[in-house]
Amino acid sequence: MKRVYLDHIAGTPLLPEALEAMLPFFKERFGNPQSLHEAGQIALGAVEEARDSVARLVNASAAEIVFTASGSEANTLAVKGLALAGRNKGTHLVLSAIEHNSVLNAARSLEKMGFAVTLVPVDKTGTVDPGDVAKALTKETILVSVMLANAEVGTIEPVAEIARIAKARGVTVHTDAVAAAGQIPIDVKALGVDALSLAGDQFYGPKGGAALFLKKGARVLPLIEGGVQEGGRRGGTENVPAIVGLGKAAEIAAVRLAGRAEKARLLRDRLIAEMLRKIGHVVLTGHPLNRLPHQASFCVEFVEGEAMLLSLDMKGVAASSGSACTSKTLKASHVLLAMGLDHALAQGSLVFSLLESAASEDIEYLLDVFPPIIDRLRKMSPLYTDYLKENQK
Amino acid sequence: MIYSDKVMEHFSNPRNVGVIPDADGVGQVGNPVCGDMMSFYIKVQDGRLADIKFQTFGCGAAIAVSSMVSEMAKGKTLEEAEAITNDKVAEELGGLPKNKLHCSNLGADALHKAIEDYRKKSRAGAGAEEAAAPAGPHADHDEECSCPYCDGPLDGMEEICSCRHCDIDFVECPECGKYTNRAEKNCVACGAAIAK
Repeated sequence: MKRVYLDHIAGTPLLPEALEAMLPFFKERFGNPQSLHEAGQIALGAVEEARDSVARLVNASAAEIVFTASGSEANTLAVKGLALAGRNKGTHLVLSAIEHNSVLNAARSLEKMGFAVTLVPVDKTGTVDPGDVAKALTKETILVSVMLANAEVGTIEPVAEIARIAKARGVTVHTDAVAAAGQIPIDVKALGVDALSLAGDQFYGPKGGAALFLKKGARVLPLIEGGVQEGGRRGGTENVPAIVGLGKAAEIAAVRLAGRAEKARLLRDRLIAEMLRKIGHVVLTGHPLNRLPHQASFCVEFVEGEAMLLSLDMKGVAASSGSACTSKTLKASHVLLAMGLDHALAQGSLVFSLLESAASEDIEYLLDVFPPIIDRLRKMSPLYTDYLKENQK
Repeated sequence: MIYSDKVMEHFSNPRNVGVIPDADGVGQVGNPVCGDMMSFYIKVQDGRLADIKFQTFGCGAAIAVSSMVSEMAKGKTLEEAEAITNDKVAEELGGLPKNKLHCSNLGADALHKAIEDYRKKSRAGAGAEEAAAPAGPHADHDEECSCPYCDGPLDGMEEICSCRHCDIDFVECPECGKYTNRAEKNCVACGAAIAK
């Protein structure tokens, strides 16, 4: 059976170059970067080289990169670490309503410790209005966190403008760039942010290799205590192979990013256009233009996301969904609900995201197998029957 | 795969999908808030379920459950069909993932509602008392006392009540009067703020 992987946002395959670079650090180059001897110094050299590569991808300096084990850890370190370190200045946080759960739940933990949190709404395209962030700021605000792009709906947020507003009020700014890094150019200086999270498994690096950019002078309380690693900001022996793999993936992303995006955009645009043309009662979610180049997301009326995912999987197509049934907690995506979609429509959520290896045959294959799936599920759907009845009247 | 082969088989080839326009009884459970909705249609002949059709909006489990219930009940007497429980359906399907047990496993409830609807109609048809005796303690306000997630019965009819299946406490929305998850800040039905 043909296999078409359209779930980039869940994770990407490892670049052969990254694997190659990592392998020696599982074997003969096993040293601990904190050791003084030669074995340690070889590992340290590799970690610092990777730090340089990651810094270059976002136009930072190497000393501003803290390695973490995941994007979620980077987000948690930013939100909790920055808030707790700045606690004497104030105890109010401003986040967008569509942040990743690692940001939202970190803020909820802080609420229990006495912090106050304001969630800024988004419009129906999933875009934050910088004016709303300005209105949410108080004398107590110490941190603003708005993501650079949302994986589920693809929308790119006006982070530079938000940062300008917040910085003018002396407020620290973090952006979760896990979905954006490696897909669109990122320059932390142009964005004007103090902290930015990224993860290698979103741009063909290994799982377990992620990083937080922390602008020089930005103070965080570490989540993991215990050592001098990462400048005291993250304890624990460095995961050298993952860091090396992340570095290699960042180095390659910096070179290939523009080409990858251009190729993905062409295929993605065809996918969106044909999807809307071939299947009735489908809406594109997220911003129509200002969105990640490799991402296409929809809500299909009268059908439920998990049933679509299972049906696609039986045809060899991998995708994802924000429907309640798909989530372990059985709750519909907070992102779609924040955009004002009703529960029934949010249940029909479907997200496609393209790997750099995606070919036009893959998109054609999807466009072939998908309409019959929707036909079949709609014939089973009481909501569709109700709709047809209403329209007969 | 998160589902058993049997579930996937029923999901791929569901039995008895459709609508019976002149059904003797119709039963509906579920709500798009949790993601699953089932409609069951029955034809009754000589006290037996001569035909069953269903439509389901929902996940793989919900579709497979509906199909399995229809197969288990077809040709059975009303009493036999009423003895089918959600647990038995899940068992016949070779089990369901834990988090799907209460939310998607509502097929037997939908069928029982269809049978109840049939009994109500036939009583009315036979010239019995207009308002048939309520079947349960909350039958006089059954629109309001069901769980918005699984449509199961709620325990306690004071200001706060709870769903045994979902293990969620509910409060009455001050605006629309529907029951909504106490943990939510806003009513899931109308969006009004929920007083804590």
